[in-house]
Amino acid sequence: MTYEAVIGLEVHVQVKTRSKMFSRVAAGYGHPENTLTDPVVLALPGTLPVMNKEALDKVIKAGLLLGCEIAPECKWDRKNYFYPDSPKNYQISQYDQPLCRGGFVEIELPGPARNVMGEHKRISLTRIHLEEDVGKLNHAEAVSLVDFNRAGTPLMEIVSEPVIRSADEAFAYLTALKTIMVYGGISDCDMEKGQLRCDANISIRPAGATALGTKVELKNLNSFSFVRDGIALEVSRQVAVVQAGGTVVQETRDYDGQTGESKSLRTKEMAHDYRYFPDPDLMPVQVGEEWKSAVRAGCPELPFDKQRRFQKEYGVPYTITSVLVPDRELSDFFEEAARLCGRPQAAGNWIANDLLRELGAATLGLAQSKVRPAHVAGLVRLVEEGAILSNAAKEVFVDMFRTGDPPGAVVARIGLGAQTDLGELERWCREAVAANPKSAADFKAGKESAINAFKGPVMRAAKGRADPKRVDETLRRLLAQ
Amino acid sequence: MPKPDDLRLDHVANLARLALTAEEKERFAAQLGDVLAYVQQLNEVDVSGIEPTAHAFPVVNVWAEDVPEPGLSVEDALGNAPEKRDNMFVVPKVVE
Repeated sequence: MTYEAVIGLEVHVQVKTRSKMFSRVAAGYGHPENTLTDPVVLALPGTLPVMNKEALDKVIKAGLLLGCEIAPECKWDRKNYFYPDSPKNYQISQYDQPLCRGGFVEIELPGPARNVMGEHKRISLTRIHLEEDVGKLNHAEAVSLVDFNRAGTPLMEIVSEPVIRSADEAFAYLTALKTIMVYGGISDCDMEKGQLRCDANISIRPAGATALGTKVELKNLNSFSFVRDGIALEVSRQVAVVQAGGTVVQETRDYDGQTGESKSLRTKEMAHDYRYFPDPDLMPVQVGEEWKSAVRAGCPELPFDKQRRFQKEYGVPYTITSVLVPDRELSDFFEEAARLCGRPQAAGNWIANDLLRELGAATLGLAQSKVRPAHVAGLVRLVEEGAILSNAAKEVFVDMFRTGDPPGAVVARIGLGAQTDLGELERWCREAVAANPKSAADFKAGKESAINAFKGPVMRAAKGRADPKRVDETLRRLLAQ
Repeated sequence: MPKPDDLRLDHVANLARLALTAEEKERFAAQLGDVLAYVQQLNEVDVSGIEPTAHAFPVVNVWAEDVPEPGLSVEDALGNAPEKRDNMFVVPKVVE
C-alpha cells in the first residue's frame, strides 16, 4: 500500500518593529543580555500593556498579501502557563479571534531541472494571529539563565491547513512565505536570528483516504533544509512503523539537524491546558475599511505576480526572473535598468550573471554596489550600438564594479584607444567600409543606423580595444569623403 | 455548592505548581466552591439577545506609535533577582 503525507505548518514570524508589542522599549537581536527590558516586559507589578500600532499594521499587511480575511474586530487573550521564559506566567495572544483568517500562499515546486519552472500551487491558510515572543533560556550545568531581550517582541503565528503533501512542498511553502514577508517589509525572516521558526504537524494515511492519521508534532526545525529533511525523515519513519504492523503514537518529536535523527520528547500530559481567557488589560482592535485601504496602499506586488509580469511584458526568461525576483531590491534594480535602456533581456543578463557574480566575489550586498542601474543601462546601450564588443564589455563591467565610473568613461580610460595607433584605426575603418559597400551606400543615402554595421568589424580587428567614440568619428569622416 | 471533584482541584493545583496537603485541599476546595457559587449567580441573569463581549466599555484601538523609549538598565532589570549570573536571571534548570 502506498501512503501520503498530510502536513500542516505553524510558522512563527517576528514582526519588524522598533519597539515591543505591548511596551515601548526597543526590540532587537544581538544586544547584550537583558538590555531590552522595561517594567512591562519584566511584568513588574502595576504595569499595563499598550499595543504597538505598527505591529498591527504589519500583520494586516501580511494578511492582505496572503489573501486573508481581516477580522473586523478581534481581541486579546491570556495563554496561561508557568515557564521562566514568560515572567507574567501568561503570554498575550489571540485565541478565538485571530486578526486574519483564511488566505493562501502560492508556492513553486522544484521543476524538472533548475532552469525549468516547477508546478505552482496554493497552500491554504487557517489563520494568522498576533502575540508576543517570550524570553530566551540558556541552559547551564545545574541551572538555567534567562535573557528577556526577546520577550515582548511582536510575533505572528501563521497556521496552514493540513494540505501540504511532501517535504519539498513544505520547503517551497516556507520559501514563498519568507519572500512575501521580506517583500512587504513585515519581517526579515532570518532563521538564525530566530525571526522565523517552524513546527510541523505530520501524519500519514493510505493514498486517497480522507480521514486524518495520528499526528506527530515535529519541533526544532531551525533551518529551511532542516524543515525539509526533518519532515522527510518523519514521513518515512511513520510509513515504516505502519508497514511493520505498528501504529503511530501521538507525540512531540525533536529533530536534530546535525545528526539527521529525531527523538520523542517527554512531555507532561497536563502541559497543554492553557486556560485561555480574554485579557482585561487590552481593549479590542477594530479594523475598518479605511485602515485596510491605507495598509493596502503600501502593499508591494507579490513576487510570483512580478515574475509572471517580467516574463510576459519584458520577455525575460525564467532562468533570469527566478534569480531576480526573490530579491525585491534586485528586481527593482533590474526594472530601473530595463527602463533606462529599453533592453530588459540584456539588462537582466548583466544583473543576474555579472553583477551577482561580482557581488558574490566581493561579498557585498546590492546596496553597496557601485554599479547602479544607469551603469548597466549604459553598458547595454554601448554593446547595442556596436560601440564595444561583448568581450570588452565584460572587462568594462568588472572595471565599473571596481571604480563606479560610468561605462563610457571606463571605455575611454582603459583606453581601448590608447593601445591603438590612429593610423591603424583609420586603416581598420577603411577596410570595414570597403568590405561593405551596401551599408556605406545606405549611410550616405541617410540611413543613420547603417554606420553600426562597420563598428563590429572594426572592434573585432581592434580586439575590442578601440575607443568607440573615435571609431564613430573616423567612420563618419571616411564616409563623408 | 460545587463539589471538590467538579473543581478539579488537583488539576488546577498542578497547573499552578502548588503542592497542597490534604488539609489545604479541603480548605481551598471550600473557599473556591464559595467563590464559584457566588459567581454562578450570574447564570440567573437573562442574557438572551445580548452579544458576548470581553469588555464592558465600547472603547477600541487603544495603542501607541512604534517609537522606542529608554528601558531599564541591566542593573535595575536584575535588581530583584534572587540570583543572577552573566547579566541573566538564574532559575532552576528547566528543559522542556
